Amino acid sequence: MNQQEEKIKALIYCVKCLCGRLKENINFMEVCGTHTVAIHRAGIKQILCRKTRLISGPGCPVCVTPNELVDKAVWYALQPKTVVATFGDMFKVPGSDSSLAEAQVKGGRVQLVYSPLEAVSLAERHPDHKIIFLGIGFETTAPLIAYAVLSARQANLHNFMVLSGHKTVPEALEKIASNPLLNLHGLILPGHVSCIIGRKPYDFLARQYGIPGVISGFEPVEILESLCLLFKQIMEGRCQIEVQYRRAVPEEGNLQALGLMQEVFAKKDSEWRGLGVIPNSGLTMKEKYSDWDADVVFPAQIDRPRQHRGCICGSVITGLKEPEECSLFGNSCSPEHPVGPCMVSSEGTCGTHFLYQLRGDFNED
Amino acid sequence: MCLGVPAKVLKIDGEWAWVDVSRVHLKINIALVEDMKPGDYVIVHAGFAIQKLSPEEGESTLELFKQIAESEQR
Repeated sequence: MNQQEEKIKALIYCVKCLCGRLKENINFMEVCGTHTVAIHRAGIKQILCRKTRLISGPGCPVCVTPNELVDKAVWYALQPKTVVATFGDMFKVPGSDSSLAEAQVKGGRVQLVYSPLEAVSLAERHPDHKIIFLGIGFETTAPLIAYAVLSARQANLHNFMVLSGHKTVPEALEKIASNPLLNLHGLILPGHVSCIIGRKPYDFLARQYGIPGVISGFEPVEILESLCLLFKQIMEGRCQIEVQYRRAVPEEGNLQALGLMQEVFAKKDSEWRGLGVIPNSGLTMKEKYSDWDADVVFPAQIDRPRQHRGCICGSVITGLKEPEECSLFGNSCSPEHPVGPCMVSSEGTCGTHFLYQLRGDFNED
Repeated sequence: MCLGVPAKVLKIDGEWAWVDVSRVHLKINIALVEDMKPGDYVIVHAGFAIQKLSPEEGESTLELFKQIAESEQR
């Protein structure tokens, strides 16, 4: 047995032992969508005993983006001499009436990009077009968008604009932590958001709300280790924010990236699907950079956004309901024909359950 | 969405670097990470290096869990 196998075996044994010692049922939440996928793919839920429930949290930026932002993007895509540049994740997300993919079929112009800098060079190559970059993502992504805005300023490019829907994680966690219905005993905290913000911004969760947390890497073995660390804190009656993903998460985070984010963005209240408006949880562009702010330079004219009928994505995101409790799940809502964003995103809870749980059930038959 | 992949830095050219991600070579921006040199490992997200990966692995924790497992067996 090699060292990695030995480690996995020891960790699985450890999780089982610690799980068995629990006196009462406990709820852990994995905040990040990438963790949700890794947990399902590796079958980690099957290792845990019945006393431990893993709840998926609001850490999928696509899923928590409200319809209003998608509606704006669709409007932009349909304007003459305007191109919407976006990460691929947002392409199929349905807005009130249409997704960007559907807008493209109607003649709208949508360009998928891997890096925000591709959108900047698109603006450079097409000076007669407006390039609207759809800024979605948490602290992991926002500094890169800030860098792109600064690059556009440096190149004196005024046809590049950002529609900012960026959100910040700690504020949303405060909303989750203060919800008594969830009764959380521990949090698996997002690794790549923490690469940027570090460990400290989560301390209030332990101090004020008495919820321990572990910042985790994304390998199954790292998630197992994080679960062990959480169990251990509970057994020992400790309540701290610990870091399992130490090789990538310094205590202070990435100061360079945080500096860029603060240079370009200011905090504002922001609407999260399922969680409502959370104070100071969004990032808007500072006045100094309003020349690159799509909402200021070229405001979208959209109707009042409408919700998807019957979709319970809001409750799924907050961990109050499981996807299987939705009447649409697996019926009219599937990855091919998604009704809500949690089914569209490859990291959405509904999409993940569809892929792994349903398949699992079929295998048992 | 906050997907990050580990990559090895091959060559640095100002604010840009060529990196190796599972034998695929990519050009990424490294303006957000200081003091990088060829041979370092970084996490790449959306075309940018967002953090250095330190080589020290958490072997100490493995020891800790072995101890828990052994104490259970007694």
